[in-house]
Amino acid sequence: LRSVIGLVLGRTESALGAVIILVGLVFSVSSPYFLTLSNAADLIEAYAVTTILAAGVLVVLVSGGIDISFAAVASVTQYVAALVATRYGAPAWLAIGLACALGFALGAVNGLLTHYLRVLSIIVTIATASIFYALLIYVTDGTEIYNLPDWWTDRVVFLRIETASGDFARLTLPMVIMAAVVIATHLLMTRTHAGRQIYAFGGNPEAASRVGIDIRRLQVLVYGYLGALAGLAGFVQAHRVHQVVPTAMFGTELSVLAVAVLGGATLGGGHGSMGGVVLGVLLLAMLQNGLNLLGVSSYFFGVVIGLAILVSISVTGMTGRRMRRRHRIEPA
Amino acid sequence: VIERSPNAPPASLGRGLDAQLDRLVATLRGGGSNLAGLLLLLVALFAMFAWLLPGTFLRPATMQAMMFQLPELGLLSLAMAIPLVSGGLNLAIIATTNQAALLMAWILTTQMPPDAGGGSLAFWIVLALAAGFLLCLLIGVVTGLIVALTGAHPILVTLGTQTLIGGVSIWLTRGRTLTGFPEPILLVANQTFLGMPYSFVIFVVVALAMHALLTRTPQGVRIHMIGSNLEATRFSGVDTRRVLVGVYVASSLLCWLAAIIMMGRFNSAGADIAQSYLLITILAAILGGINPYGGFGRISGLVVSLAILQTISSGFNLLGFSQHLTLALWGLTLLAVMAVKRVADALHLGHRPRRSRSSARPTPV
Repeated sequence: LRSVIGLVLGRTESALGAVIILVGLVFSVSSPYFLTLSNAADLIEAYAVTTILAAGVLVVLVSGGIDISFAAVASVTQYVAALVATRYGAPAWLAIGLACALGFALGAVNGLLTHYLRVLSIIVTIATASIFYALLIYVTDGTEIYNLPDWWTDRVVFLRIETASGDFARLTLPMVIMAAVVIATHLLMTRTHAGRQIYAFGGNPEAASRVGIDIRRLQVLVYGYLGALAGLAGFVQAHRVHQVVPTAMFGTELSVLAVAVLGGATLGGGHGSMGGVVLGVLLLAMLQNGLNLLGVSSYFFGVVIGLAILVSISVTGMTGRRMRRRHRIEPA
Repeated sequence: VIERSPNAPPASLGRGLDAQLDRLVATLRGGGSNLAGLLLLLVALFAMFAWLLPGTFLRPATMQAMMFQLPELGLLSLAMAIPLVSGGLNLAIIATTNQAALLMAWILTTQMPPDAGGGSLAFWIVLALAAGFLLCLLIGVVTGLIVALTGAHPILVTLGTQTLIGGVSIWLTRGRTLTGFPEPILLVANQTFLGMPYSFVIFVVVALAMHALLTRTPQGVRIHMIGSNLEATRFSGVDTRRVLVGVYVASSLLCWLAAIIMMGRFNSAGADIAQSYLLITILAAILGGINPYGGFGRISGLVVSLAILQTISSGFNLLGFSQHLTLALWGLTLLAVMAVKRVADALHLGHRPRRSRSSARPTPV
């Protein structure tokens, strides 16, 4: 039995999977609505923005960095895209393309500053987040944009299923974008040259640079990728709430970071997978939704997330330490 | 547990460590070129604003206004600086401050009879302050124990405690704020003593105490050693777990002081107050030359960097610029100082072998 427990707890993904199954069982027994298709669809749509951002954050974490400017980047790109769309009537492809390109550029600034200044990326991104966000509020005066074009705010439903209870489960645009981002990030990290280089660089930057990896290019790619995803997330967020508010995304940095960390990415770099992050989001979403359905106050939710993070890092911290110890003893 | 003074390591570890420690203590006590550079920047800013704002900037009233604004960010930055020196970070400082303020506010506004005066009032205020103190002590001990026992990175641990503490505050208050505190609490942040606000006096005394703690006591040297190399410090006979708990207790107790001053300034307490200070405290600490990889940093540098930030803020305010532009300028200042340091490093190390990249990156726990 001990080896089974060790196997389950040994990998973050399997530990998370076990917890999710457990939580799912508890909630589906206690609330009949929990395990319905329409509930699941609503849940996925509600967490689409978080998942898109978490995918980008994962890539940065695996490379050994931290970026907390992505919420500011998302706000800036969202606002610029909305301005272009409302003032100049830019078509959808142009506005979205512009949001992603601008996001990539702002992210690349983070990457280049981290590379050339040789300081922790958390310091660089605190500085750039202050600059991006403050300039956005200064230039726009905090004005909201409500008159978004129809193509942006209209709900896009790809598939509609009527469930037995008469509810509808819809496959909507945020879910499709989220799925595409998750698959793309998974492929980037596992199937491409760049992905392997990111793991190598995060695991041991010195060794990575000695074997000839172009570190500057890699940093630009990693932070630029998160920036581009932030642009996309900003678009999806505005699509869901039908307006662009400069302050809307502010303050989500740490919670997205928490999701990625819950999914097994470490701040040291070199570890973490897209699957783990998805499981992390799933666990938080299920906890929030299940507690809601059970009638637990939504004010209580912060307590649950906090405990989940603390338990998760304590377990991974301790198993990690045990495994390190074993590694140290074995060769002797 | 055998307590060894870090100044007298066991002979078996040889002279190398001895010499290194002497050098560490010397750098701790001596001044640095970094501080001189920051002071120069501060003087330059003062000169610039005095020139741009003749007659309005260099006035006692302006100076006093700056002294009123500085202490809350100052105390919070100290609370961030100590974990940073130990190689960690405390993301929970704002949540801790708010929760302490909420507890004290709850006692003072709902438990204390409204007509309390004289001795009774003093009793209730002391009770509230003691409750806040105990709460922060508890938070500090628990955070320190989790950091010390799990070996997880303090950023992760405090991300968790921040979410948990903030969650408890929001759950208990339902997002409401508590207002209307008794006179003595308000006096701390609004009355002056010899022309200086009480809150500023408190900040100066605490900053001096922290400076003394970090540079003149064995505990302070241990904190620096942990920041440089946790494992090596542990193997040299220091109970690193105890030091880590001490670091987070000190950080949380500074939050308690910040909570008292913020209650006085805003006359309210809530779960969501002053969230934007969190990243600014890191900015202030790094600008002040506190090494984000741990091990180095002086409180004097932090104080000068706080003065720089406050000067930029007050000067821009007097010039009629938006608060948001100030924030952008703070970010730019940090990047500029980092760039100058990098260039100075490059020139300084020009004749030596190139510094390896790994030394410029964190060594993760």
